[in-house]
Amino acid sequence: MSFFFNQLVIGIQLGSQYVMVALGLTLIFGILDISHFAHGHLYMIGAYLLYIVMVLGGINYWIALIICMAALAVGGVVVERLVYRPLRGQPHINTFIAAIGLILVLETLVRGIQPKALSVPKPIDTTLQFAGINMELQRLFVIIGAVVLIVLLQLFIKRTRLGTAIEAVAQDREGAALVGINVNRISALTFAIATALAAAAAVLMAPLAFVSPEMGSVLILKAFVIVVIGGLGSMKGAIVGGYLLGIIEAMAIAYISSAYKDVFAFAVLIIILAIRPTGLFRGRD
Amino acid sequence: MAGIVRLWKKFPSKYGKAGIIVLVLALAVVMPWITSKYNVRILTLAMAWAIAALSLNLILGYTGQASLAHGALMGIGAYAFGIFAERVGLNFWLALPIACLVTAFIGLLIGLPSLRTKGPYFAIVTLCFNVIVYKVFENWQWLSGGIQGQVVPQPSFLQQRWARYYFVLGCLLLTLIVMHFIVKSLLGLTFMSIRSNENLAEATGINTFRNKLLSFVVSCFFVGLAGSMLAIENGQLDPTITIHLNSFYILIFLLIGGAATLSGPLVGAIGLYWLLDYMKKIGIKGIEEFRYLFFGLILIIVIIYMPRGLVGGLKQLWEWMKSRLKRRKIGEVPE
Amino acid sequence: MTTLLRVEGLTRLFGGLVAVNKVDFDVEEGKIIAIIGPNGAGKSTLFNLIGGTISPSSGKVFFAGNDITGWKPYSIARAGIARTFQTTALFEELPVYVNLVIGHRMRTRSGLWDVILHTPRQKREKNETTAKVLEVLEFTELGEYINAPAGSIPQEAQKRLAIGVALMGNPRLLLLDEPTGGVGMGETDNIIALIDRIRAKGVTVCVIEHKMRMIMSLADRIVALNFGVKIAEGDPQRVCDDPAVIEAYLGECIA
Ligand SMILES: Nc1ncnc2c1ncn2[C@@H]1O[C@H](COP(=O)(O)OP(=O)(O)OP(=O)(O)O)[C@@H](O)[C@H]1O
Ligand SMILES: [Mg+2]
Repeated sequence: MSFFFNQLVIGIQLGSQYVMVALGLTLIFGILDISHFAHGHLYMIGAYLLYIVMVLGGINYWIALIICMAALAVGGVVVERLVYRPLRGQPHINTFIAAIGLILVLETLVRGIQPKALSVPKPIDTTLQFAGINMELQRLFVIIGAVVLIVLLQLFIKRTRLGTAIEAVAQDREGAALVGINVNRISALTFAIATALAAAAAVLMAPLAFVSPEMGSVLILKAFVIVVIGGLGSMKGAIVGGYLLGIIEAMAIAYISSAYKDVFAFAVLIIILAIRPTGLFRGRD
Repeated sequence: MAGIVRLWKKFPSKYGKAGIIVLVLALAVVMPWITSKYNVRILTLAMAWAIAALSLNLILGYTGQASLAHGALMGIGAYAFGIFAERVGLNFWLALPIACLVTAFIGLLIGLPSLRTKGPYFAIVTLCFNVIVYKVFENWQWLSGGIQGQVVPQPSFLQQRWARYYFVLGCLLLTLIVMHFIVKSLLGLTFMSIRSNENLAEATGINTFRNKLLSFVVSCFFVGLAGSMLAIENGQLDPTITIHLNSFYILIFLLIGGAATLSGPLVGAIGLYWLLDYMKKIGIKGIEEFRYLFFGLILIIVIIYMPRGLVGGLKQLWEWMKSRLKRRKIGEVPE
Repeated sequence: MTTLLRVEGLTRLFGGLVAVNKVDFDVEEGKIIAIIGPNGAGKSTLFNLIGGTISPSSGKVFFAGNDITGWKPYSIARAGIARTFQTTALFEELPVYVNLVIGHRMRTRSGLWDVILHTPRQKREKNETTAKVLEVLEFTELGEYINAPAGSIPQEAQKRLAIGVALMGNPRLLLLDEPTGGVGMGETDNIIALIDRIRAKGVTVCVIEHKMRMIMSLADRIVALNFGVKIAEGDPQRVCDDPAVIEAYLGECIA
């Protein structure tokens, strides 16, 4: 039984990471109708930035977290401005291609400078034990960090004027433009928030895994799976879907096979889409 | 005067086109004699990729469905050929069509669920399929031939490098001709109607699902051919031939060259494959390591400023010049 | 007179909204029926239900004696119901004549093998299609635009082209959703004349229209909807004088 609970904790922690990445993606998808396929690679950049700031720069982990989030927020805005905004109104596939171009640029850049996988030390390297569950403290940080960020994001969107504007644009872009919301500013803001979230996920996860140039590519696919299943543009769907996928994966690894661990999510997606071609929940079409 | 204008209008479409085709064909035929052995090999591989880009062109360029499973399907074609030719020991002329048919059949299985979805959903589902196929090849030693991979036998008449060159050239021409026939037919127009407006096509009495499936399966047949060509030229296969990055490369070749044209995929695949190889062997350290960075940048720039690709862009330029010229001519000859 | 189309208790819900509510009516062969009603009355939804783009929550649609409820749009089109959409739908980047060719595609059968083997069937069908395209081009007076991309021709010509595409499959019933919508007042004559010619050919027409003057001169019968419910039906003058209709239109209905 304790094995089960251990896996459950790992599942929740995996899910926390998925939720943080998928939330940003669903906002971007919902608001700008962009399949931002390079989101996972910005996540990867976040992890490398942590290495630079913390390991090379010797700065405290928690301050590094803030620095990385801020830097990546700026990075997200730049990407939106340079790559996606010129493509607005073009067919969907074009933004997808541009994203692939961006992936090639980012991955090659990182691989060219540092081809080896790196590891980042844990800020506090202890393992908690209670009721037969062994849990590294860092896993708890991931879980708590995700909850804090999700709550903050919800508060921002529901309670502030800018946040409401984001939601308005996500629901109806033309309508929002009609009532005087500046769609350009909102999309830049969305990219900033989404990329900062991805950076937070990367910084929290980095001490638990290796940092490598391709770390974002499978992650982004899973995030897409979550977003599609949860409904494009639906934050609730991304949260539920993210945690669910994390737990399903942890259980599948433990009880079915670990060689195919990355495949379950995709198999689930294919089955769901074959039965309901527009996803499980109704987001924005 | 009017006669000359009419002739001029006809020139690029009829005589010019035929002239260019003859010229390129002649160049392709003499190529093995005028260039190095190394270049012949690169061109052979590039032509195999061009077949793949042409096959994607059918489902994406003409039918409007962005398949990102073509890398996996190309790998399946390659492996199918290798397994039937080496392990089963089939005759070359039997193994090749069987490999293409196997790919088409797997394509049918993938298409049945995924073509029910539309737009970005379809791209994501097919990409998921690609990852699954790759993981299966990576983990299933029996299928992929384990660490030493799958050996692909070269039949006696394809031992020579130039022989393989001409063989792949022949397959490329075959693909081009079939694609040309399809595009010019009622069937091809049906595909284009789905790309243009799927709901209207459906309301106009077209069974869009069946037509998309047909387009996808035919496309898979040819990407299987492309995979077989790669297998024959390389003589050796490992699971990375099914990786989803290959789907991206096929897509990039197609879109930079120009989708929905027949020359676009050729220009894109052969030009970019050659360019990538050139950057690799040029020997300047920075260029070799960062060549995919340039590749990515080119991709972004082309998609923003030339969304119809190089060939599409040139065509547009040509039309523009022609209309300018015509206007000037009309201006010169007043009533 | 035979009944070509029969709609029985047709209902469609969107969440809590009843967009079409227990609507019944018949369309007789060879007639022009107008569907009127204020914005959001459920007219387009009614067409989508008949055309199979969306499926009804309850109710039935019969066409030429067959129950076509729940059929796929392409099957309904093949059965002989052609339609146009409210926001003009065309294959925009394709030339005008290609749009028409595609409209005739459901009447031809040549597929992949015909393409590869160059069968005589493909040749014959191409000739048939060409003949039909020329006929419809003349009928819709679109000859001057034959090679232009459909999206580049004037709005009014686009509306005629959409009708032309629908006519290519030799329909028995034609559903027109606001055929003059978005067209300037002075330019509607061409379209009205076209609808008249269609009637003369014996094709039954069901038309959604807001321009009352046009309906009064064109329609044999009117069905009026409001909030998804049929509020009146009958010959044009009767419906126009109907108090429920006048109320729905806030007294605008002055023919
Ligand atoms: N796909 C849909 N999902 C949800 N609601 C819909 C959908 N389609 C239509 N509706 C709603 O159903 C009602 C009827 O719409 P419909 O388009 O049929 O009206 P209409 O009579 O054609 O109006 P108009 O004259 O403006 O064209 C409207 O309130 C509309 O908002
Ligand atoms: Mg309407």
